[in-house]
Amino acid sequence: MAPGQLSTFLKRGAIWGFIVLELIFFSIAGEFMSLSEKAFMNWDNMLLLLKQSAPLGIIAMGMTLIMVNGNIDLSVGATFALAAIVLLDSMTWPFMAAMGDWAIPFAWMFALLTGVALGAINGFIVWKTGVDAFIVTLGAMLGFRGLVFMYNGEQPTSHLNWTLVDFAEAQFLGLHTATWFLLLVTAAMWWLMNRTVHGRNAYAIGDNREAAVNAGIRVGPHIMINFMIIGFLAALSAVVFYSESGSVNPNDGTLYELWVITAVVLGGTKLTGGSGSIISTFGGVLAIQILRKGLGHIGADTETVNLVIGLILIAVLFLDRQLNVRGKEALRV
Amino acid sequence: MTDKTPALRLENIVKTFPGVRALDGVSFEVLPGEVHALMGENGAGKSTLMKVLGGIHQPNEGRILVGEEPVVMANPLDAKAKGIVFIHQELSLAEELTVAENIYLGELPRKSFGRVDWKTLHARTDEILAQLKVGFDARTVVGTLSIANQQMVEIARALTVDAKAVIFDEPTASLTDAEKVVLFEVIEDLKRQGVGIIYISHRMEEIFRITDRISVLRDGQYRGTLVTAETDEDEVTQLMIGRSLDLSRNESHAELGDVAVEVRGLSCGDLYRDVSFEIRRGEVVGFYGLVGAGRTEIAETLFGLREPSFGQILLDGEEVRLHSPADAIARGISLVPEDRKGQGLVLGMNCRDNMTLPQVDDLKAGPFVAEGAEVAIFDQYRDRLDIRTPGWRQLVGNLSGGNQQKIVIGKWLSMHPTLLIVDEPTRGIDVGSKSEIHKLVRDLAAQGYAVMVISSEMPEVLHVSDRIVAMYHGELIRSFTSDEVTEDNLIQAISGIRPDEKAA
Repeated sequence: MAPGQLSTFLKRGAIWGFIVLELIFFSIAGEFMSLSEKAFMNWDNMLLLLKQSAPLGIIAMGMTLIMVNGNIDLSVGATFALAAIVLLDSMTWPFMAAMGDWAIPFAWMFALLTGVALGAINGFIVWKTGVDAFIVTLGAMLGFRGLVFMYNGEQPTSHLNWTLVDFAEAQFLGLHTATWFLLLVTAAMWWLMNRTVHGRNAYAIGDNREAAVNAGIRVGPHIMINFMIIGFLAALSAVVFYSESGSVNPNDGTLYELWVITAVVLGGTKLTGGSGSIISTFGGVLAIQILRKGLGHIGADTETVNLVIGLILIAVLFLDRQLNVRGKEALRV
Repeated sequence: MTDKTPALRLENIVKTFPGVRALDGVSFEVLPGEVHALMGENGAGKSTLMKVLGGIHQPNEGRILVGEEPVVMANPLDAKAKGIVFIHQELSLAEELTVAENIYLGELPRKSFGRVDWKTLHARTDEILAQLKVGFDARTVVGTLSIANQQMVEIARALTVDAKAVIFDEPTASLTDAEKVVLFEVIEDLKRQGVGIIYISHRMEEIFRITDRISVLRDGQYRGTLVTAETDEDEVTQLMIGRSLDLSRNESHAELGDVAVEVRGLSCGDLYRDVSFEIRRGEVVGFYGLVGAGRTEIAETLFGLREPSFGQILLDGEEVRLHSPADAIARGISLVPEDRKGQGLVLGMNCRDNMTLPQVDDLKAGPFVAEGAEVAIFDQYRDRLDIRTPGWRQLVGNLSGGNQQKIVIGKWLSMHPTLLIVDEPTRGIDVGSKSEIHKLVRDLAAQGYAVMVISSEMPEVLHVSDRIVAMYHGELIRSFTSDEVTEDNLIQAISGIRPDEKAA
């Protein structure tokens, strides 16, 4: 085994080991503490868990790309909410309503285009102004949320289309529609990042931006495309989720960006860019969802869940640091 | 082939920046199959010239010819497209990616749907690597390679284009001697293929070993070209600084005081083992050895950055345990680190604040920093060390290397230390300032400080030290007085040959 392979293996495998630990813990703790009769590792419960992972998971795949690229996107929660409003509201527009169920693909398209357009705005500003993506998307987070409220004030936007609900609640080969979307997005993003020139360039730019520029990679347009991809995925996430629920509150999706980033970081993607994996992000998404669901299963309230996840995130980053510096005989500072 | 067309020619290049004439009509050429050294002090215009060549700056006047064709380098890609390739001192690689991806960065071969054609990529890369005879393959992750091998990756990148001229900018700065030999072989190879090579370095020894001609810049002006075989270090130095540099052996026999620091049987993991030595007040002890011999690590231990696994450190005869730099500073130990910009200075802060950084806590007037006291300290050491700066408000990042080093030294002197450790005091400092720093080190010893100098340059060690400690692979091989030491026995010692072994 070449030097460095063991620690790489440990890091890649760590998230899956963590998931196994979680499952064991909640299965055992569930026996004693759960209010419900059902075991935690129940098949239906696991299927539901996958389905519930989809909204965060789909966005997390885009966030992995953005973070590997050396950027960050804090506006995904607001993009998610705005795309949801476009999806539901557009179906009530007269010309759309006249189309009957044919309105559905158009509504989806409008929502997804909204996501792409918002992402393009972020990417364009980052490209042309050179302002840090953190600041640009922080502004976008507030700005896009403002648009959400301008749309319908404090009122929820609702529209139920039963064909759409049936589609969203359908199960194919045992998996829910949302789960299928999550798996397809994961596969597509894995392919993009590992097999295409665009994906490999994303790693190169995140790893050493100057080297990438000197090698003739057009970093600006590249970054803009990545922001359009994450905008698209944030909108897709909304499309999948709100097809079923049919009602969006103006505060929906708040703090999504933080959950998504937490999942990506748990999966081992470096905050500084250059390193990260789609498969590990998938693990990170599952780990968070199991934790939320598991803590709920043993009767913990939401506040406790947030506290525990926060502690675990810090512990993970600490362990990661220890793992990284050990070989280098870190100096004490 | 006496009148070859130059591979690359720069004619009368003028580059001005607001208020400065950085390049004043510089001409320079490199022939195919020639290694041409470009020398000059820091600030002489070497890097500006290379930036003009690399398309980063546009010249105000003059022209660049590749072969016989005049070209305009509008950006770094232009230069590469014209066959001008740079091997930078600071490597510009993506460490998480493979060797192949780095070599073809920006030009990954594609298949349909934007897919990477891994097969072609790896085949082409392995072909180039085979030329360089390196011990890694296309799929190796760059971050796992040694610095020397990473440099080979950069060189391999140069070979992917039809290079007319390759510019090496201080390529040996972080290489071991064995790695240098490999690099020089590669340069020989490129030479044989008819590539013109521009070699930028401060190291005379290398310049005389591998170059054919030497061109010298001073103050942005071209000072002349010498044929390497027909000149010597003195002539080159004179051309560079307008006078010759004194690097004679240290003959002084200073009055030595008490033992300031004694180290007994000190070990730290695999970094160094069972090291014992003492340094007296008024004495300069030079630590000489190859990179990785453990010298810097000993200095870091004395400065409280590393915990020794065994052994004792005695200051003025009293055993001390140093757990942090704060401990060491409180005990009167100061470290002028090797990486001046990274570890010694806050480049974005002004001269005064850098100098008073370790003692700003002691300079308070009530809850506020006593700025007057700070300025007084700065003025005192500016005069004493002859630091050339327009004033204390100047940002340290704007000073020359020599003046930056003086700020670091001044910072510690103002703390009145017992032991001053100086790690590679003149690395990256131009020849003129070098002798000033050397003189400063001697003066400090004469004033009663104990000084530990770590250096990889033999003339420097011989010039400043009263005693020389030779190290090899973490072991102290031998300690010489300045009377005993010769270049031969010093080289033997740092190669691990002990005097008794040689006799046997």
